[in-house]
Amino acid sequence: MSIDILTKSPEAAAEPPRGVPSKKRVPQGHRRLLTRRDRLTLGLMAGVPTILHVALVWVTALASIALAFTTWDGIGFDSIKWVGLQNFRELFDSNPQFWPAVQHNIIWFVVLILIPTPFGLLLAVQLDKNIRFSRVYQTAFFLPVVVSLAVTGFVWQLVYNPDTGLINSLIGANKPGHYIDWIGDPNLNLWAVLVAACWRHTGYMMILYLAGLKGVDPSLREASSLDGANEWQTFKNVIFPTLRPTNTVVLVVTIIEALRAFDLVFVFNKGAQGTELLSILVTNNIIGESSRIGYGSAIAVVLLVISLAVIIPYLISTFRKERSA
Amino acid sequence: MSTTLSLKQRTPVRPSRVLLHTFLVVTSLAWLAPLLWALFAALRPYAETSKKGYVSWPDKLSFANFTNAYQQSDMLHYFGNTLIIAVPAVLLTLFLSSCVAFYVSRFDFRINLFLLLVFTAGNLLPQQVIITPLYRMYLLIDLPGITASGKLYDSALGLVLIHVAFQSGFCAFVLANYMRSLPHELTEAALVDGASVWRLYWQIVLPLCKPAMAALGTLLSIWIYNDFFWAIVLISTGENMPITSALNNLSGQYFTDPNLVAAGALLTAIPTLIVYFALQRQFVSGLTLGANKG
Repeated sequence: MSIDILTKSPEAAAEPPRGVPSKKRVPQGHRRLLTRRDRLTLGLMAGVPTILHVALVWVTALASIALAFTTWDGIGFDSIKWVGLQNFRELFDSNPQFWPAVQHNIIWFVVLILIPTPFGLLLAVQLDKNIRFSRVYQTAFFLPVVVSLAVTGFVWQLVYNPDTGLINSLIGANKPGHYIDWIGDPNLNLWAVLVAACWRHTGYMMILYLAGLKGVDPSLREASSLDGANEWQTFKNVIFPTLRPTNTVVLVVTIIEALRAFDLVFVFNKGAQGTELLSILVTNNIIGESSRIGYGSAIAVVLLVISLAVIIPYLISTFRKERSA
Repeated sequence: MSTTLSLKQRTPVRPSRVLLHTFLVVTSLAWLAPLLWALFAALRPYAETSKKGYVSWPDKLSFANFTNAYQQSDMLHYFGNTLIIAVPAVLLTLFLSSCVAFYVSRFDFRINLFLLLVFTAGNLLPQQVIITPLYRMYLLIDLPGITASGKLYDSALGLVLIHVAFQSGFCAFVLANYMRSLPHELTEAALVDGASVWRLYWQIVLPLCKPAMAALGTLLSIWIYNDFFWAIVLISTGENMPITSALNNLSGQYFTDPNLVAAGALLTAIPTLIVYFALQRQFVSGLTLGANKG
């Protein structure tokens, strides 16, 4: 998993107000002074990483699109056959796992945005009050973010185990005949995994909001309290509106996390009944027995289209700010 | 931070503060509960828990499960695998992404914005979008004599490359922002004096980027150490797996009881916890780099 937090560049805050004629296109770094050798160095410095990144990320993303319209058993290039939209048709019409997976990805996002996100904000607001032991509390909430999702999966399996798990032991459901199979029951397992996902997401949201709150101008708060606003009014009318950039980051991060969700489910039950996810379906086409490359790619394309619908508007707004900086 | 700025006098014990601390203590403990539960299980012998049940007062706590898990599964070997992947991947990512960042932030080539866009967007894609062709590509690339498998597939090199390619998107963006905040006079003066571009990068810009590099380095170490997905798909031999994905195999093969699984999982988490506690500030600032400040 990786985390992507990107908003405005640091100097964006200090930028002159728009409308003021800015001195754009002042050559920085005196390009004319560059020797031939310098140009070669620069070319290599930008070229090598770009080739690596483009070849492994963008070429493969485009190849996914191309392969989605073919069937291929992976053995030799001549077995690649163009089939048009057949993979998609099959996916939408007859794959019993596809729509549940889409639904689960949506549930994943909705749950993450409704529960751990506001809770993370609540914790951040409390911890931002200059209280004692703040670091200790922060660490407690933040540890799940540091531990890998795979390990998180194992730890939560210990909690959910029907025989020996914490929950069943506490509620007395660990005796034969009374078992609650949190991970095996297709009506329960998605929610069981989501508890673990929320456990982790809260700490992450808390840190993002804490950083956002640190950036709020203290005089705003003082002015608000001088005006007689109570704590809740100050938060609602003064603090929260200034957190807009953080909220954008939080929204984008949460959507992408929901689309990427994989490790927890894979460790729990490999996305068997009840926990299907798009990411799991793609992976099963690779490491499962059946290697249906075109079909797997079609699922990847669905994932790609959804993510681009989020990434593109976000990048446009981010980079627009940047260019004006 | 600032609510107490106006109250200079010593704050008396207010009921609201007591309530707040109670809330935070209770939720913190609830948050730690799954990890503490794993620790509790790992510290008890299987014979005892199977007789008395898991929720019971322990007769004896010991590290036996930890040493068993460690020895039975040859964990050192898998930690070694992770090291071979993570160290070069972190260093290469930092080096290459700082090169790109230097290029786009210190010069005004027309391609800059586009280049940065390509890197940034690439990092936001879900990994599953690219995995199928990547997997095929790795199977096709023959590297006889270079990797043990003879291919890019099932090799540490393959994992290093994809980590570098994928993570450099994020790092390039953050470092470019950081470098842009350095005054232009610094490098311009040196350039006028005839310093080469490489010297500008290596001796002037890079040393100034130390805080950002440290933060990103910490973050990358933890991410790459924790990687599960790339390793599960791109490594087929259990022996070659890094520790996080190896645990998945081990739990079925060697670990027979839940207490041993708990010990194995916790052992796997220890290096990240050490890095986190040692470099907490860097880690947290890395996470929020670019989000709120430079």
